[in-house]
Amino acid sequence: MNSNLQSADRSIRQDAGNSENDRYEVSALTPPVDVIENVSGITLYADLPGVTREGLNLHVEASTLTIEAESSLKVPDGLKISHTEVALGRFRRVFTLSKELDTEKVTAELDHGVLKLRIPKTAHAQPRRIEVKVG
Amino acid sequence: MYRSLFPRDFFAEIDRLQRDMRQAADLSPSIRGIPREGFPALNVGSTDRALEIYAFAPGVDPETIEVTLARGRLTLAGERKAITPRGEDKPMRHINERFEGAFRRVMTLPDDADPDAVEAKLSNGLLHITVQRRAAAQPRRINVQ
Repeated sequence: MNSNLQSADRSIRQDAGNSENDRYEVSALTPPVDVIENVSGITLYADLPGVTREGLNLHVEASTLTIEAESSLKVPDGLKISHTEVALGRFRRVFTLSKELDTEKVTAELDHGVLKLRIPKTAHAQPRRIEVKVG
Repeated sequence: MYRSLFPRDFFAEIDRLQRDMRQAADLSPSIRGIPREGFPALNVGSTDRALEIYAFAPGVDPETIEVTLARGRLTLAGERKAITPRGEDKPMRHINERFEGAFRRVMTLPDDADPDAVEAKLSNGLLHITVQRRAAAQPRRINVQ
């Protein structure tokens, strides 16, 4: 079966270290996602803790969907970190979309740090029932 | 198997490896430790007056979150509901990476943590717990008579 969303992380990662200065600027965590498809479209959920609407940047170009987000976490002055599991405040993930997805009609919701992205399929890709005439 | 909740990109991954090697050389971890793979992911730090714990718990219903502090142990428990695709329109799950279900993480706090002065705030899926340190534990000068 065809999978409509394919992770294009790998090619992006290779692009990521072109110059020495870029290296740290582009460092980002990969948020875990769930992708569910049904007949009318695809729903993507991504964990983006600490991200507000202002810190979220969604981008569709040609067949590439980019999710970029920055955490709004502010720590008190003089904080000494003793244990770190989330070392960066930036998230990024890239997906390749397939043709039957309608990128014009993408809707996004951000709730409690979870992004819900709905990408519907174009009308002609929706299943239709064909009436069989008895002659 | 090691399965990070937030895998990093290649350069951050090297950074993590270096840190892990440094930690492996540290022979005095806490007896209960802090497991590396768990939900929610935790960042812990301290200032002179308080301990600051950040738990990355996106999509967790605040009603289910339970923070308890007993005998120097801070327990963080709750549940993140699974997203159940509706059956009638033939849903198909292509990627399934997000944590789902009940969780519990326990960490040992330093002796000077004050169990009566704990505050927890949840915003944008980020739980921030502040535990004040007891005044008695702050360095004090004793007058010699």
